[in-house]
Amino acid sequence: MIVAIAIVRAKDLFAAAMLFAIYSLLSAALFAVLDAGDVALTEAAVGAGISTILVLAVLAMARRQERPKKGHNLLALAVVVVTGAALIYATLDMPEFGAPDNPPQVHVGPYYVEQSYPDMGVPNMVAAVLASYRSIDTLGEGFVILVAGLAVYALLATPPRRRKKRRDHGQEESS
Amino acid sequence: MMTALSFFNYWVVVILMMIGFYCVIARGNMVKKIMGLNLFQTSVFILFISAGKIVGGSTPILREGVEVYSNPLPHVLILTAIVVGIATTAVGLALAVRINEAYGSIEDDYIAEEEDGDGQ
Repeated sequence: MIVAIAIVRAKDLFAAAMLFAIYSLLSAALFAVLDAGDVALTEAAVGAGISTILVLAVLAMARRQERPKKGHNLLALAVVVVTGAALIYATLDMPEFGAPDNPPQVHVGPYYVEQSYPDMGVPNMVAAVLASYRSIDTLGEGFVILVAGLAVYALLATPPRRRKKRRDHGQEESS
Repeated sequence: MMTALSFFNYWVVVILMMIGFYCVIARGNMVKKIMGLNLFQTSVFILFISAGKIVGGSTPILREGVEVYSNPLPHVLILTAIVVGIATTAVGLALAVRINEAYGSIEDDYIAEEEDGDGQ
């Protein structure tokens, strides 16, 4: 939490990127404590690794310092505080943390805990659900990655000549 | 056993979520906005994972001598969400790079000024 506030406050974007990596690692540790080993591994690899590299790659091309703003944005702060207070009020109706009779634990969850080994023969239930029961979803996830890759390529592969011409055009207009 | 700590995980989630939200709406820098989106996203991950946790449970990998496993379904959902999240982050950062090439800046207000200047 403290790291998150530091990210928002850090003016130097490089420092913010590093803090973000630390934040991802901390949340990976939190996932490990909450019994989600697979998620912790993925978060440590993807959140702390790949996204930091992506942000650093962008910072290599863009300006490193954030432009300082005058004062605080009080309207935004007010909106955030009101929304947060409403959400915290709403949490009082949520089931308490970690009880075995919580709604998520009594519906379909036990089926997967009991049946995934007889059905699939894989001791890791997360892998069994991800790759066997929900394999079409995982295929869709693959398509999402493909589309995102194509979008990044389409955005960055425009030849520089056309961009230059457009910028010259804009300068002519403004002058 | 209803204590104030029973809801602590939700409060952490809400506070992280609001920090991310503030970062998105109040910061002008686009890379900062994307980081705020990621903060928001991670808070949702923590919400789901903590919903699947059972106190005294264990990681959902079958082995001898373990009776209670935490719910594996939120873990599956969040694995997918993390990967999709990194994909959207990549697209957002690519857009930021493209804007930086076109305008020479990734600051919201600078680009707004630039646009106004062109219009006059």
